[in-house]
Amino acid sequence: MVRWVYGILLLFTGVMVLAGCVGQASAPPGLATAPKPAHPEVILTTTTSTQDSGLLDVLLPMFEKQTGYKVKPIAVGSGQAMALGERGEADVLLVHSPDAEARFIEAGHGINRRLVMHNDFVIIGPPADPAKIKGTASAVDTFKKIAEANALFISRGDNSGTDALEKKLWGQAGGVPKGQPWYQETGQGMGTTLNVANEKDGYTITDRATYLARKKDLKLDVLVEKDQPLLNIYHVIQVNPQKSPKINAAGAQAFADFMVAPETQQVIAEFGREKYGEPLFFADAGKVDEWN
Amino acid sequence: MELILEGIRQALTLMFGLDPELLRVTWLSLLVSGTATLLSLFIGIPAGTFLALQQFPGRRFIISLVNTGMGLPPVVVGLFVTIILWRNGPLGALRILYTPTAMVIAQCVIAAPIVTGISLAAMQSLDPRLRLQILALGANRWQMVWLLMREARLPLLAAVMAGFGGVISEIGASLMVGGNILGQTRVLTTATVMETSKGNFALAIALSIVLLVLVYVVNLTLTNVQQRSRPL
Repeated sequence: MVRWVYGILLLFTGVMVLAGCVGQASAPPGLATAPKPAHPEVILTTTTSTQDSGLLDVLLPMFEKQTGYKVKPIAVGSGQAMALGERGEADVLLVHSPDAEARFIEAGHGINRRLVMHNDFVIIGPPADPAKIKGTASAVDTFKKIAEANALFISRGDNSGTDALEKKLWGQAGGVPKGQPWYQETGQGMGTTLNVANEKDGYTITDRATYLARKKDLKLDVLVEKDQPLLNIYHVIQVNPQKSPKINAAGAQAFADFMVAPETQQVIAEFGREKYGEPLFFADAGKVDEWN
Repeated sequence: MELILEGIRQALTLMFGLDPELLRVTWLSLLVSGTATLLSLFIGIPAGTFLALQQFPGRRFIISLVNTGMGLPPVVVGLFVTIILWRNGPLGALRILYTPTAMVIAQCVIAAPIVTGISLAAMQSLDPRLRLQILALGANRWQMVWLLMREARLPLLAAVMAGFGGVISEIGASLMVGGNILGQTRVLTTATVMETSKGNFALAIALSIVLLVLVYVVNLTLTNVQQRSRPL
């Protein structure tokens, strides 16, 4: 009896001690030289594409080293990112859903919305192309053709930025085909949705960054691209600090400033070029913002 | 098939190369789920024992709640714990959302009913005459409870294993209350989901293998303890 009590206690104590050691070992030694803000914790809600493409893994350590802030990035869809901002549960947003962002600012939830970067969306599908959309110039016409052919289309269905754009295009193409057997919603992130489209030989719409990052294990080709409505615009928005005294306004400001700083923009412009042969994002800070 | 082999190969490389990121994620999984299990034992074993030995009005109702709680969906726990821990929520002043502490709380909520339910069943499966005999031998109330717990120690260890197994493999709550933040709240399960969605299937398989090995080692240890002390 006593022996097994000791056994369990020993096991858990061992876990604690080891975890304590790891915790100590992982404390960054250079922190003493970095500036120490009064409220170091910044909650960033952002889209899955910035996490899944690996961009955050590059940018966040840079920001933390420069400013001493500690970012908690929560990768969700743009819809949820803004919903959390609206409740004052986030400090700063990095999102790509221009129409919803405009409403967000208008309602007074956010301030200082600034253009950061863009890439574009592409419509992809099986190489056999059952709806014969390849080479169609207009994204709206593409969706009309898919609807006419009743060809399988896999939608995010998660209220993300990509999903918002897709729904907008369907609206212009004659209505969102909700409930049609050939229109299926995954309710999940871009990566998972690509997996589903790949397995089911369906069409889908994706941001180019995620597609390039995932291309090697997909049997789906880019069929329609480079139409004006397919631009994918990312803005940084600070949550309105008047919403809640708990919002880290200074931290949000610092992060937003960091995202549009020339040095950061340089990193964004180069990101992915080495690995994929072309950059995943185009740096846009300071350019005329047509979406504002 | 190639992919699975590649996954196994990556798992071995990561494990024997002592990849620092893998170590950190593995330790955090073990720390969070181990602490949550330990806390749930302090709640679950006394609660289960009490429910087993004490008769009071509403007892059946509470037992039915505990039994339902054994199947508590982790996402539901995750959602409620998140909302409660929001900085503008009821316990927002603690500022612990998106930290390992929040994950421990959520996992403890998941594990506690499992431990309670199995402890309850363990204590009830004892021969009721044993209680009378112990009392007849002059034991006081606490001595009786202690002796009964000793007698039920094998199923009680099963409660530990079930509780630990339930939380180490859980993803919904950890993802919601932890946020899968690199270097802070990323654990084996959330990392596996993320790598799958990134298309790094081999790495996802490698992480799964590490998780399985970890669960196996913990259970092997507990099983050894359990079987060594089998009553003769």
